[in-house]
Amino acid sequence: MALVGESGSGKTTLLRCFNALVVPAGGDVHVRGRPVGSADPVALRRSMGYVPQHGGLIPHWTVGRNVALVPTLLAHPDAEAAARRALRMVGLPPDEFVGRWPRRLSGGQRQRVALARALAAEPDLVLMDEPLGALDALARADLRRELGTLIHESGVTVLLVTHDLHEAAALADRITVMRGGRVLQSATLEALRSDPASRYVTELLDRGLETAATP
Amino acid sequence: MTLRGVARIAPMLAVAWAVQASPGSAQRVASDTLRADSTPDTRVEPVVVASKPFAESFLLAELFAQRLESVGIPVDRRPGLGATDLAFRALRTGAIDIYPEYTGTGLTAILGLEPEGDAADVYSVVSTAFMDRFGVRWMPPLGFENSYAIAVRPETADSLGVRTLTDLSRVSERLIAGFSPDFIGRPDGLPGLADRYDLTFADTRPLLQSVKYPALDEGAVDVIDGYTTDGGLDRYGLVVLTDDADFFPPYQAAALLRPELSADRPDVVAALAPLSGRLDAPTMRRANRQIEVDGRSPAGVAADLLADLALGDGASTEAVPSALARPDGLGSFLWARRGDTARQTLRHLWLVAIALGAATLLAVPLGVALARRPGVAEPVVRATGLLQTIPSIALLAFMIPVFGIGAGPAIVALFLYSVFPILRNTWSGVRDADPEAVKAARALGMTEGQILLRVRLPLAAPVVMAGVRVSAVIAVGTATLAAFIGAGGLGDPIVAGLALSDERLILSGAVPAALLALLVDLGLSRVESAVRPRGLVEG
Repeated sequence: MALVGESGSGKTTLLRCFNALVVPAGGDVHVRGRPVGSADPVALRRSMGYVPQHGGLIPHWTVGRNVALVPTLLAHPDAEAAARRALRMVGLPPDEFVGRWPRRLSGGQRQRVALARALAAEPDLVLMDEPLGALDALARADLRRELGTLIHESGVTVLLVTHDLHEAAALADRITVMRGGRVLQSATLEALRSDPASRYVTELLDRGLETAATP
Repeated sequence: MTLRGVARIAPMLAVAWAVQASPGSAQRVASDTLRADSTPDTRVEPVVVASKPFAESFLLAELFAQRLESVGIPVDRRPGLGATDLAFRALRTGAIDIYPEYTGTGLTAILGLEPEGDAADVYSVVSTAFMDRFGVRWMPPLGFENSYAIAVRPETADSLGVRTLTDLSRVSERLIAGFSPDFIGRPDGLPGLADRYDLTFADTRPLLQSVKYPALDEGAVDVIDGYTTDGGLDRYGLVVLTDDADFFPPYQAAALLRPELSADRPDVVAALAPLSGRLDAPTMRRANRQIEVDGRSPAGVAADLLADLALGDGASTEAVPSALARPDGLGSFLWARRGDTARQTLRHLWLVAIALGAATLLAVPLGVALARRPGVAEPVVRATGLLQTIPSIALLAFMIPVFGIGAGPAIVALFLYSVFPILRNTWSGVRDADPEAVKAARALGMTEGQILLRVRLPLAAPVVMAGVRVSAVIAVGTATLAAFIGAGGLGDPIVAGLALSDERLILSGAVPAALLALLVDLGLSRVESAVRPRGLVEG
């Protein structure tokens, strides 16, 4: 599922309601059928992955320690093995990467490490906030392809925030269009095209897919 | 070294180098026996005898001290306390027992009154007012007056036809004045004088007592303020301008006694009484000249004076260590003083270490706490920053009524100065630690405590250490001023050297202090690198 919309439309805020970083002023957010408000926020956050735009790697920790973060917090019996497995999943050879410092990584590698960190404890839900937004076009295309494969193979549920409709179309089954803090429509790409809820949805689709298709 | 650190130390060094330029240094003999320990006597509380930081005050304090010792009263010497304000504050609050003061200074600088009447009138006004207002007792005057002497070079006097202060007003716009900072600020000094005689100088430079005479002699300034009993007036053949409008009040020297001392220690009063009326101006000029020009120690000159008056114990002859008596260069002088220097350096480090340690223990936890309370943080950090703006001498002066004199108030003052850089750096270092990483850590389920301990603090550590380093360098520099309130350390030889015009003595404190600041800075920069987490370092 992807959340799309222009900047300021409320996508990131909505995403943060899911891991209790933002408490909604009204309404309920449910995760796995339970309201977020009634869950312990720390336990809730540990149960789901998170990938921010700039990686958010802890700079004085090695790649290995960064990726092992959530398994360690959950007192996983072998956090290191979990970290190595996650690195392999994102295409980074563990032997080469566990001892590296984040500052020695390229932008694409940094986002892969962030992705591995989000997946290391094998969550059923991963929140991604513009995970490809800081990458150059080439690295973005690469990682988008791999991310697509990864999501489909692992079966993990991903809530993806992006302003790039093309990215949303490539990765998500359902697309939720937001504007001014409100959800305009939530449907498959085809349904958005054939039965738009408003002119804005059509405009956004035309504009977004045009620009995104010709990088 | 940081810029701030340099800025703090620079004035001390500037003073030292300026003084080094004065001629005649090779003929000087160090005057360094000022802090000679008094006879230990556990049964009787020693009497604390202090002075202000200039040669005659040192001499009179030494005179009182040796007179008391000659009748068996133990003495604790605290020469060179700040200036009038510091010394008088210390006396009023009982931190010291006795120091020499001048009636004119008491009248104008302390009581804030206009000078009026002759010497006897002024004495009677101050002795009554001091007893009523402060409980402080003036002993009868010692017999001589030491007023301000506004002096010019003989060539200036001849070419411009200046003999009186009224003459000076005609030409003052063409002249550069070099006055002591004390004189520039005191109502009985420059402000009043300029008003009375309508003086406007081309420039007024604050100069310390010990550099004024050479500065005038070399032509760097044209007019100075000296004291009428200064040895330098004779030595440089200067012309003292007549105070033809009677601006300066009579400045009779006398011993000031702290409240209750007469009642507590009648033996002290009895021992000092025979000094009254026994010292005339020519005697004092000669004695001051021996110190300022010939480089004798105040202790030796005081012993001779007491012997002349038949008031000494007969045993005091000048005991100058043989190594110091040789008119050698700075190197051998410093070498001869190495024991004192080592002791004073350790004392200096001790003052700084305690203050800095306490400041770190307070400021680091406080900074961490403030990083999570943005509303309170700004005002608290700003308030500690305000402490930083209080001039060192003023802060030391504020300490006296609460903590007395000595190491205690000095450490408290250094502590207060040290808090701000550490607090500010801890606060901002913890608050601003890699926000992206902190956000991600929180989103992945680290608790705030875990984020603080494992993410924020390690990232902030080098920033915190940088704050400690700034504080340490400031403290090493500021601690030299602690000598003005009797705390000891490397400021001791600086204060004594300034008072006695002994540049080698000044350098023997200033050079180690500067080196100490550099070493402390270097050492702490190593610590700063060591606490920088791996992964943040280049390479």
